[in-house]
Amino acid sequence: VLRVVAECGRSRARAGELRLPHGDVPCPVFMPVGTRGTAKGLTAAQLAALGCRICLGNTFHLGTRPGSELVRRSGGLHGFMDWPHNLLTDSGGFQMVSLLELSEVSEEGVRFRPPHGGEEILLSPEKSMEIQNALGADIVMQLDDVVSSTTTGPRVEEAMHRSVRWLDRCLAAHARPQQQLLFAIVQGGLDPDLRLRCTMTQRDVPGFAIGGLSGGEDKAQFWRTVKFSAERLPRDKPRYLMGVGYATDLVVCVALGCDMFDCVFPTRTARFGSALVPWGSLQLKNAQFAKDFRPIDADCGCSTCQR
Amino acid sequence: MRLQLLGAGGGRLGSLAGLGRSGAGALALPGCLLYTRTGAAPHLTHDTLREVRGVPGVAQLALPALTEIHDVLEEYKQGAAKFMGMPDAVLYCSLHDPVTPCPSGYNTNKTVSLWGSSGRMEMTVSKFMDVQRAVQPDWFQCISDGDTISGEAGKKRAKKSVDRSLSFLDMCLQLQEKSPELQGSVMFGAIEGGDILEERLRSARETAKRPVGGFLLDGFQGSAMAKETKLKLIASVTAELPEDKPRIIHGVGKPDEVLECIERGVDIFESFFPFQVTERGCALVFSYDCHPDPEATVLTQNGAQDLEKNDAQEDQDEVAKADPEMTPFEIFLKDKKYHDDFGPLLEGCSCYCCQRHTRAYVHHLLVTNELLAGVLLMMHNFQHYFGFFSAIREALRDRKLEQLKKLVLGQALQGPARATL
Repeated sequence: VLRVVAECGRSRARAGELRLPHGDVPCPVFMPVGTRGTAKGLTAAQLAALGCRICLGNTFHLGTRPGSELVRRSGGLHGFMDWPHNLLTDSGGFQMVSLLELSEVSEEGVRFRPPHGGEEILLSPEKSMEIQNALGADIVMQLDDVVSSTTTGPRVEEAMHRSVRWLDRCLAAHARPQQQLLFAIVQGGLDPDLRLRCTMTQRDVPGFAIGGLSGGEDKAQFWRTVKFSAERLPRDKPRYLMGVGYATDLVVCVALGCDMFDCVFPTRTARFGSALVPWGSLQLKNAQFAKDFRPIDADCGCSTCQR
Repeated sequence: MRLQLLGAGGGRLGSLAGLGRSGAGALALPGCLLYTRTGAAPHLTHDTLREVRGVPGVAQLALPALTEIHDVLEEYKQGAAKFMGMPDAVLYCSLHDPVTPCPSGYNTNKTVSLWGSSGRMEMTVSKFMDVQRAVQPDWFQCISDGDTISGEAGKKRAKKSVDRSLSFLDMCLQLQEKSPELQGSVMFGAIEGGDILEERLRSARETAKRPVGGFLLDGFQGSAMAKETKLKLIASVTAELPEDKPRIIHGVGKPDEVLECIERGVDIFESFFPFQVTERGCALVFSYDCHPDPEATVLTQNGAQDLEKNDAQEDQDEVAKADPEMTPFEIFLKDKKYHDDFGPLLEGCSCYCCQRHTRAYVHHLLVTNELLAGVLLMMHNFQHYFGFFSAIREALRDRKLEQLKKLVLGQALQGPARATL
């Protein structure tokens, strides 16, 4: 899957290419999040024209609305969105942390009460694979037992071991291993010992993700854990750091050896009127910009800056 | 600006040429303007607007939003079109936004009230011209008193609307002479007079005596005026106007009403209607292809079938949520029945959305409140509406206006999918 083209002499950064079913993707790569089968406000054509060759869909949201069966009948998520390039779906597990009051975790899986009404659902490793098989993304993620990175105590170890067991259940339940690449997600919170003991790294999967981070933990702990985890992942497989992130984090984590990233940050911050620039960001709603007739970034070739 | 008529029967088929700063702008007649809202075609950026076929050569911008940024435009100095990122567009600045309601009773002999996002703004003639100098429009509606649409306006109020508007017009024409920024701008005189024939005729004749570049028929918005009165007045007004100057009408957008106005001498319409359709989660599906050709028959049948289905769903609770303003020319895509409809919004439509997406997808986007729903619907609704005007011109050329009228009016009679509660 990963072809390493160049490696940095001083850091652990590498440049390469992901060979995926819907085409090659140069990496390191940032993957925009198209939660419900659409990048926020952008047509598929606009997204492709920006150079995007892989983006995310969310299994939990698509599984509830419109439902995986409808997406399957639409030709999978690719057909539903009319997206000719690559897609990655997460397992639905992250919603465990973000919608915590509504969920309950057991060995079986996660029980949800959907926020928009309806019956309780059980998201098990098998169910997650079933939905992701129907959605048809090029890369699918295992269902992992996610705990917030600020959690401490035995729950963290329990989640790490359970995630390994769930990976095995996902591997067994995965009905389309040729068309869809299943990535494992290494857990263990911020505890290096737990991260070391996570035996997932020995599984024969096409790629690994580093999960359980980017949830409010202290930055010093964050990067140390990324470093530690990345060091223990095989060189010749892609390393996906989930939920990262801000500009500085991207640079640091590439230097630590990560290849793939996703975050709602750029799309979300745009909805709040914030424009990203090489030197930070501009809060365009502020009065100081009312009579500023310059483009956001004079060196930018995007259609906004051109006009 | 040159108006050329081709002398077809039943309507004024022709074109406007020599428009804009460059003199290269043109507008086919009868035609419509591109509706814009706070600086852009609604929901669309430049690149998505470019995907829409048939975008008219003249865009409409409403004064209230521009008045709110008057100081910004003054400092910018290069005019509203460039500020909006449409430097080559021909811009028509109307006094009001067709979609924003204008509460009644605020105009005086010296002022007209405009309504924007920050509330009411009182405009004098002098303030009006100040703002226009900063906007630098290619065409603009002269400030006028059109507060006669509430249905409560009597003869006296109608007379006032005419007197005030003429007085404003004369003052503005004088001020325009002294404004270098507005030398290339064409002023459109507003025909007022409420629902009083005498006043309408007076307004038309008097306005026509002034050196305006075109006319706009005002005060026909809303539903207070009886349809017969409206049509009669429109016909009477246009009969008084010179043939070689364009006539815009405000507030008319539905396809059947557009045809009725074209038959009565109106040239140019706004395109707020497809925007309103988009805002209520609907897609235009009415047929305007009156060429008897097998593929087209399928188109008509599909469109007609959908419109018939609208009625059949009356007892389902999803239909009850449809906007009561919904017309027989559209389908309500948020309705549950579309959740697994894998056809395009309209069979045979060549717009971006219909070529790439299904009703099921747009339904999903609407249900999940995704921004893309508005983008895709706006692209479809605009293209369909612009295509309608193209069909009108073609019908006039081929002398088939009666057939087109029959086709459209037939669809108007099917009865809208209203909430029955």
